[in-house]
This record gives sequence, C-alpha cells and structure tokens, in this order.
Amino acid sequence: MAEKLTLAEKLWRDHLVVKGEDGAPDLIYIDLHLIHEVTSPQAFDGLRLAGRDIRRKDLTIATEDHNTPTKDIHLPIAEPTSAKQVQALRENTEEYGVRIHSLGDKNQGIVHVVGPQLGLTMPGITVVCGDSHTSTHGAFGALAMGIGTSEVEHVLATQTLPLKPFKTMAINVEGSLRPGVSAKDIILAIIAKIGTGGGQGYVLEYRGSAIRELSMEGRMTICNMSIEAGARAGMVAPDETTFEYLKGRPHAPEGKDWDEAMEYWKTLKTDEGAEFDAEVFINADELDPFVTWGTNPGQGVSLLGEVPDPESFEDPSDRESAKQALKYMDLQPGTKMKDISVDTVFLGSCTNSRIEDLRAAAKLIKGKKLAEGLTMMVVPGSQKVRIEAELEGLDKIFKDFGAEWRFAGCSACLGMNPDQVGEFKRAASTSNRNFVGRQGKNARTHLVSPVVAAATAIRGTLSAPSDLED
Amino acid sequence: MEKISNFTGVGVPFRYSNVDTDQIIPAIYLKRITKTGYEDGLFSTLRQDPDFVLNQEPYKNPSVLVAGSDFGTGSSREHAVWALRDFGFKAVFSPKFADIFRSNCGKQGLVAGVISNSDTTKLWEAMEAQPGVELEVDLPSQTIRLGELEINFEIDEYTKWRLSEGLDDIGITLQNEDKIAEFESRRASWRPKTLPVKGD
Repeated sequence: MAEKLTLAEKLWRDHLVVKGEDGAPDLIYIDLHLIHEVTSPQAFDGLRLAGRDIRRKDLTIATEDHNTPTKDIHLPIAEPTSAKQVQALRENTEEYGVRIHSLGDKNQGIVHVVGPQLGLTMPGITVVCGDSHTSTHGAFGALAMGIGTSEVEHVLATQTLPLKPFKTMAINVEGSLRPGVSAKDIILAIIAKIGTGGGQGYVLEYRGSAIRELSMEGRMTICNMSIEAGARAGMVAPDETTFEYLKGRPHAPEGKDWDEAMEYWKTLKTDEGAEFDAEVFINADELDPFVTWGTNPGQGVSLLGEVPDPESFEDPSDRESAKQALKYMDLQPGTKMKDISVDTVFLGSCTNSRIEDLRAAAKLIKGKKLAEGLTMMVVPGSQKVRIEAELEGLDKIFKDFGAEWRFAGCSACLGMNPDQVGEFKRAASTSNRNFVGRQGKNARTHLVSPVVAAATAIRGTLSAPSDLED
Repeated sequence: MEKISNFTGVGVPFRYSNVDTDQIIPAIYLKRITKTGYEDGLFSTLRQDPDFVLNQEPYKNPSVLVAGSDFGTGSSREHAVWALRDFGFKAVFSPKFADIFRSNCGKQGLVAGVISNSDTTKLWEAMEAQPGVELEVDLPSQTIRLGELEINFEIDEYTKWRLSEGLDDIGITLQNEDKIAEFESRRASWRPKTLPVKGD
C-alpha cells in the first residue's frame, strides 16, 4: 500500500529535484516566481556580478506594488528614492527579458492579487516571492512561501531552492460562521490561539467545513496570514470552488491540459489516515468578529471583549510584551473593544483588497456617511480589481460615503509610499500587521475584517456589522 | 562569503522578545537598491530612545546580539540581516527565530544560533554584570563562552558547514544542473508559464 501523505508532503514529493543527503537540504523546483521592486534589485545585481542569466524567464513575472503611489499615478513618482527603485525594476526586467506589469497597466497591483487574477497561481505548484505574504497562494493548494533577497537571486539563477522539509500542522475549522463573521476573523482567532511563533517550522493546512464553505478570496485571506502565526506556508486543498475560480483565467490551462491538470489536482488532498505533526481545532460556530488590541497579530480578542490586563498573562515575556503593547497603543486594561474610537480606516492590502472584500464593505456603507472626524482610504488590490469595482459602481458608493478611492498597491499596509497613518493616530486596518511603527511612526493599528472596517467607519468606534442594526 | 570559525566580540543583552523585522529595520529604509550601508536603519525607532541598550557607551561596537524569543518575525526583508551585519554584528542568539529570518542569516554569513530560555537569561545577567564584556563564539564546537559560562547553541549542520567553508548556495546548486534540466524535461505542459503573455 502506498504511503499516506499530507497535501504538503505530496507537493514536496512532486517538486523534489535532488534529495538532500547527510543533513543537506532537498532541492525543490519552483514553478512560479513573482518579483517586485523592493526585494529584487540586489538580486539582479548579484546575477550581474556573477555573470549569470535568469534560468526560466517564462516562469518569472514582475509587478510594482510596495513603493508606488496610489494617487496621481500619471505623474512621475515624487519621492526620488522610490522613483529610483521602481526605475531599477523596469531596467532590470528589460535587460533580462522578464514580463512586467508597471503602474497604469491593468495587471499592475499587489503581487499576491495579480498572480491569482492572471490564473498563474494554480493547484499543485510551488510559488515563491521575496515577500512573506506569498503564503496567500496556498489557498489554491499550492506550496507558496516568502523568501529573502539571496533566495530571489538563487531562484532567478537556478529555478530551484534548497529547503529543509517542513513539519505539517492541521488547522481544523469546523462549523459555520455566523453573519458578520468572516475569513479574517478565523485567521485572527487562529493566531491568537497558537501565537505568532506557533506555526514556526510548519506548513499549515486549513481544513474543515468552515474552510470548505469559504470563497477563494476568503481562503486567500486566511493563507495570507499564515506567516503571522510563524508559518512560512499555509494551504487549502483544491476543490470545485478552486477549479471554478481558475477556469477561463488568462493563464489557466486549457483543453487537454486542463483535463490532465484536473486529473492531478483531484489527487491533491491529505490522504485518509495521513498524520500531521500537530493539530489545532477551532469551532467556527462560536467565532465573533475578531480584532487586535496589541502590537503583534497574536494580540487579538473578540470584538465583544475588552483590552486584557497584562497581569493576566502567565508567561513573563507575554506579560512584558502586553505591557509594552498597551503603552504604545495607549489603551487601558478593561476597556471594551467597542469603546475604542479610531481616526482612520484603511481598506486594502494583500489580505483584504479583492473584489469580494470591497463588495462586502460597500454593501454596509451604501447610503451612509463616514463618521465625523474620520478619514478612510480604499485601495484596491490591483488595477483590475479597481476597474471591476468601478463597473459595479462601488467607487461611487465609497466616494459618496466620504472615503478616498485610490489606485492599486500595498499602500498603508506598510507605509512605504506616502500612504501612512499619522503619528499617534489610531487605525482600523484590514491589513495583516499591527507592528510598532508599521503603518507610520507611532501609528496605532487595530487589525479588522472588511465588514468590521466598514461598520467602524460608520460609527467611529470599533464596531461589528450587527451594531448597525440597533 | 568569508569563512567563519570562531570570533570574539562585545555582547549585547537584548531583553526584547517578539522582535519583528519591521522593528529591526522599518520599511522606509527599504527603498534603497544597494546591498550595504543599512546600519543607520537598524532598530532606528528604538535607537531614538537615549536609554536604549545600543546607545549605551559599552555597546557602541557590538558583535553578538542575545535576544529574547521569536526574533525576526514578520516581513521577509533580508534588509534586517544586512542592517545587523552592517552595524557590526556577526552572530545573533535567541531561543526561537522566525524561519525566513534564520534562512536569510545563513545566506549572509550571520550566525543565528538557538539557545535555551534559561541560557538566554544567564547570558543577559552575565553581560549586564560587566557591560561591554566580550563573548567568544566558537562555531565548530557550537559554543558561546563568557568567563566560566559555556553555553551550547544549535545551528543546523548544513548551514554550519556552509558558513565554515564560506560557500555560495547558487554555486552548490548549479553542481546539480543536469538534474534540474532532467526535472524540467518532465514538467507537465499544464503547469504555469508567464510567457507568452495571454489574455488582454
């Protein structure tokens, strides 16, 4: 009888070029390499110095996202170092013959929105990018992970990566989400449960009825934040939802290729009886909207809860980080999460900037007004998402509400471009990291789902969609 | 890459856990296209505080960082490793590292060794008792020495070998070029290709 394998182990097996011996890592083949302006210039320089070419230009694609403006994109990039970095990507891709989607192009946008939208991300492949949120692509049943710049150079030169096998962890999410609760709440609850280091050394496989019921957008949101639990990759076994999303996209297989792929893709699930190195269980029926109170994504709580008392943490280092976090966040223990007022709302990032996210938020705010004193920025994940949203009239809903409607990019998620949360300002953000200084110097971030962001924008305090019914 | 064997340098008791790479170097320093000169970005927010450990006289020329658990989490930016290296660090120790950060260290000649929580505390206390004291890091025997203290650290054998030999990963991989080519010859036609460009 054949060995029983988990999904991640099957993908490892099918991309193994050389099995490592005597403690050496395995050599793994990479099917798709996504690049962007921030983590690639030094890799191209390395190639140039060594006189090496790119092995597979036809498996490589570039876009501009991290360091690009989201307004007045027809003008030259104002900030000289940003302009120079984007220019370097354009010159490097031209010199080496790599496909690029630049500002203004329909397929420009956040690299993790662009790959799936083009149908390049598909089940059963390996995907890497010099960005830790590459885990997003695992939603398709791909083995996808973030890499450093030296590894970017390595993949450009060899189309492979030396990697040590990962351990596997099953995250079982059973039950059904209540109205107003979404994929973002599931992943924030998972991270709060296992901690920011809980997934370190593992590939996570999200399983169970609540995951199966999610759209591809929802699955991408969950896999996206695997890295926030310390896991380099997270994945969901492909099913009809996956195939339906993929079929007909520009680079999806066609005809005989599609049939052959389908035959393989249907085998891509963890075998009955295969063992995971660790298992976690989450009950979806009981989940509330989830928000963070601290300065790492594991410091989260139900929106119905309150800011915890640092003294309530058993572990001394957790206690110390909670203390430091509350000081930075300017919060008092015992404050109800729903009593926290925000200054600004950010709807965007590779976690939550897809068309479904924008639709969900637009549905709630339609015909309403942004709370007094607040600002809100809506940044679609790609130009294509922006165009699609405009065809549906979503831009008008956001603008009438009082929000700014921007062009695609990473934007305020990491504040590399001019989009930052102001100093000592408080944000409800649909992004993935509430780190100290992440969204701008002394900016205070609460991570939320798109519908919580929308409800918060209406009421001015952290709010659930159900609060709008009162 | 330079070969690493053993070295001695000033140790820094870095009493912080959950240090993400945004804290090690904020995104604003990631706009550069060079691979060196990132020392100004290292812990730039924390360094604004005059009481921060790296602002203290004894720690002005540090080589070894001893940090709390979960060091290097978050963003994959290799700039975090470049900043530590450019500041003068040759080794970082912690009870737990984020995967991508640790892998990036191995590519840049920065030793990332895992030590236990209790050894971390012992080192912190010993370094704080003699601020600016030098630690000896011995890669072949995976040992940190400070006076009477002798602490073992973990590092995977392969990374240790590469660091000791100063080997470049790409060169090692290219020795298997025939196997890569053979693998590619079997690659199914349904698998993704970015070229030629399809769709509108």
